Amino acid sequence: MSSSPETRVPAPPARRTLSFRERYVPFLISFASVAVVFGLLARLVTSAQQWPRIKLQFFNADAIRASFPLVFRGFLTNMSVWVIALFAIAGWALMLAIFRSLSGPLLAPLKVFAILYIDLLRGIPSLLLVLLFGFGVPALQIPGLPRTGLFWGGVAMVLGYSAYAAEVYRSGMEAVHDGQRAAAKALGLSQWQTLRFAIVPQAVRNVLPALLNLAVALQKDVALLSVIGVRDAVREAQIYTARTFNYSSLIAAAMLFLAATIPMARFTDYVARKDQERRFQRTV
Amino acid sequence: MMKRIRIENLTKYYGDNLVLDAIDLEVEEHEVVCLIGASGSGKSTLLRCVNKLVPYDHGRILLDDISIDDERFNTTELYKRVGIVFQAYNLFPHMNVLDNITLAPRRVHRTSRAESEARALELLDMFGMNGYAHSYPERLSGGQQQRVAIIRALATNPEVLMLDEVTAALDPELIGGVLKIIKDLKTQGMTMMIVTHEMGFARDVADRVCFLEGGRILEEGLPQKILAHPENPRTRQFLQRIIEAGRL
Ligand SMILES: Nc1ncnc2c1ncn2[C@@H]1O[C@H](COP(=O)(O)OP(=O)(O)OP(=O)(O)O)[C@@H](O)[C@H]1O
Ligand SMILES: [Mg+2]
Repeated sequence: MSSSPETRVPAPPARRTLSFRERYVPFLISFASVAVVFGLLARLVTSAQQWPRIKLQFFNADAIRASFPLVFRGFLTNMSVWVIALFAIAGWALMLAIFRSLSGPLLAPLKVFAILYIDLLRGIPSLLLVLLFGFGVPALQIPGLPRTGLFWGGVAMVLGYSAYAAEVYRSGMEAVHDGQRAAAKALGLSQWQTLRFAIVPQAVRNVLPALLNLAVALQKDVALLSVIGVRDAVREAQIYTARTFNYSSLIAAAMLFLAATIPMARFTDYVARKDQERRFQRTV
Repeated sequence: MMKRIRIENLTKYYGDNLVLDAIDLEVEEHEVVCLIGASGSGKSTLLRCVNKLVPYDHGRILLDDISIDDERFNTTELYKRVGIVFQAYNLFPHMNVLDNITLAPRRVHRTSRAESEARALELLDMFGMNGYAHSYPERLSGGQQQRVAIIRALATNPEVLMLDEVTAALDPELIGGVLKIIKDLKTQGMTMMIVTHEMGFARDVADRVCFLEGGRILEEGLPQKILAHPENPRTRQFLQRIIEAGRL
């Protein structure tokens, strides 16, 4: 069959347009049902006999306002520790993962060190590490080392979380296809260059979502420093509570943490989704 | 005359599976040896042993009369002299084409960035790949990826080049171009070991053809002889199947 230029190509069928009903009714229904359910819940809670007392004790606007400046200052301490710890963990954990992946008799001590380190520090509760380092090391009074609980508590968090992050990196390195190592080796790259140019960049990409999940967990766990007397958000809130017998300052601290962790969790979801799409594209 | 590569009694197991069974093979300087044989006969494994990418169990492999297990080869020296192109390309997915090609020249051979890139662009041009320098491998077709892999191996100017089914993924009209480049390499004196299923390619480029089966070299000789008048019935059978598949 030949098609002359005059033959009209039939126009592709127009894209189906959604009617007003199809487009908005489902949305309205879900909106209404959510509003009803939450409205009822709110009604239930606020109509409870104890609600006025709860409101006074926990959601007292005056108390929140009064405690806020100190709690907020404490929260800035939390977030500074968090950011600095993130960088330290990212670096130290990568080093541990690399140590663990090394082969060759000369490098065996590093490998054994990494294995022992990861096993030990993953097995000890973070709280215990913070207490040990935050109280223990300053008590040794070693000249030349900082003696603040803030510093040593931070160190404890970094040491503990690095053990987890190292395992995450390691899983990423193992997921890199064997052919990549072969190719790098065949080009003459040394073991170190193979890691640096071929394996680690791919591994980091592979595990970025998992690392971000750890970052979210750490964002809350930095509050553990309050137990060794660091004046972070939780500590400041507790001090206010102890003075006024009002718990609203703790609510203020909770809200500050939420304001930081929720966007961070959303960002992690976004990165994970991007990562999924990338993998999907590659396999198709 | 010095043998560029001498393989003696090479034996390799994967677990209990005997993959290379007492292989003896010599490759002269400037010689092109084609390895043919059915899937699973051990062709890729043989190349990988020569490049020390996999360990072997018995025998010796000598490069310019020095064992590849000699301490003179214990750094990256061997890889500077023997290049390989893999069946599955194995390009680095996180690097663009130019970075894939210039990685070894820059990091292993310490050539300047400008010089490495100039050479890379020249090779890309030769292989009809200009315009792709900044593409990532996942955006390229299989044939294009294979060409980049060949260029990557050539970029370090190895003395011996091993090619593992490099034309398998190429479009028919591109095979001629690659063939020409490999012939050019041959006239420049490149020593090559080539695994291929393209018998026409083997006939055109090989000085010698080796037929492998079950990890042994059953027959070897001039391409005209092996491909046209094989003596071993197994070789004949193999070539018959190839002819039936329309690849001779
Ligand atoms: N990493 C490995 N682990 C275990 N067995 C392997 C491995 N690589 C190859 N083999 C086995 O060794 C034998 C030879 O494999 P090889 O890849 O050398 O064959 P080939 O001749 O290159 O085949 P093809 O033409 O399909 O590429 C096969 O039986 C294969 O199953
Ligand atoms: Mg093979």
